[in-house]
Amino acid sequence: MAFKGAIVVDTEKCKGCGVCVANCPTQTIALAKKVNSKGYPYCYMEFPDKCTGCSNCAVVCPDSVITVYRVKI
Amino acid sequence: MDVKDIINPENFVYGKSKVLTDTVMHYCPGCSHGVVHKLLAEVIEEMDIQDKTIGVSPVGCAVFAYKYIDIDWQQAAHGRAPALATATKRLYPDKYVVAYQGDGDLASIGTAEIIHACNRGENIVVIFINNAIYGMTGGQMAPTTLIDMKTATTPYGRSVELNGHPLKITELIAQLEGTCFVTRQAVHTPAGARRTKRAIRKAFENSAQKKGTSLIEVVSTCNSNWKMSPVQANEWMVENMFPFYPLGDLKDR
Ligand SMILES: Cc1ncc(C[n+]2csc(CCOP(=O)(O)OP(=O)(O)O)c2C)c(N)n1
Ligand code: SF4
Ligand code: SF4
Ligand code: SF4
Ligand SMILES: [Mg+2]
Repeated sequence: MAFKGAIVVDTEKCKGCGVCVANCPTQTIALAKKVNSKGYPYCYMEFPDKCTGCSNCAVVCPDSVITVYRVKI
Repeated sequence: MDVKDIINPENFVYGKSKVLTDTVMHYCPGCSHGVVHKLLAEVIEEMDIQDKTIGVSPVGCAVFAYKYIDIDWQQAAHGRAPALATATKRLYPDKYVVAYQGDGDLASIGTAEIIHACNRGENIVVIFINNAIYGMTGGQMAPTTLIDMKTATTPYGRSVELNGHPLKITELIAQLEGTCFVTRQAVHTPAGARRTKRAIRKAFENSAQKKGTSLIEVVSTCNSNWKMSPVQANEWMVENMFPFYPLGDLKDR
């Protein structure tokens, strides 16, 4: 069974730590070139097509700012 | 399928626990404390014990844990969380009581309290964040600091001659008759975080079954005081902390 996923990042609360990026098995996410109002580069889906909705990024996020959605395809 | 069609409540699989408040945590980016707070909140949510759980926050970076996890809290003097947790549990035997402590708090100033609470076998849960440093006060050496590790008070690295040996307090605690479950975990990967969550859940179940004290050490990072990026700090922890503080259960009965 294959899955396709997508994440939503609360960019204002993201601290740009990069722990999610290091733990994404599909290299979907990256830290943005832009920063939020606190000056942190926030996490975003650089390659949304690659996301499988595995939740790994969200599980390791210290600030719980990632929400994960997943569909069967 | 388009991202817009996937992001839909019926496809939701994982998000922030309802037991976490909306307050932004004061922790540095990438700090292990945040991950452990989230796992603790998830266990409380899944066991449906939000109004039956009392936390005891430490002195250390986690002092404000009460602002982030929406349960009842006490805030203990430095190192005294196990003593306050003992009193709280004895006064409210039907509640779940969890003491949350750092390594300076638990393994230095609070050594007596943790050893005796564990030896008495108080039916409490202890979460022990070992980042091998005094995080809150600016990165001084802790009892758990590794040999050769540079800190504000060991600028040339910790030496046995001058500073003694790093203290494996979790191994000591596992020897005590009062403990039923003593484990060492880490939260730098999704698998590690999930294992830590299972350990926290088991600890809460043990306290409901009056089996004694359960202690979960989480080998952690303090990237700010280690002077590394969060990702580098996780890698440094794997390379340097895990050989001395190996992960796994020390006791489970
Ligand atoms: C009685 C007392 N002594 C010393 C201090 C100063 N102090 C505050 S936090 C801390 C150490 C905290 O280190 P740790 O328990 O490892 O927590 P971390 O910040 O690393 O999570 C110390 C010594 C204090 N607040 N009270
Ligand atoms: S782990 Fe969380 S806080 Fe850190 S960069 Fe990713 S989304 Fe932002
Ligand atoms: S859900 Fe999985 S695949 Fe998607 S961004 Fe997060 S870690 Fe990567
Ligand atoms: S000082 Fe260290 S322990 Fe404290 S919040 Fe920052 S990274 Fe975490
Ligand atoms: Mg510490």
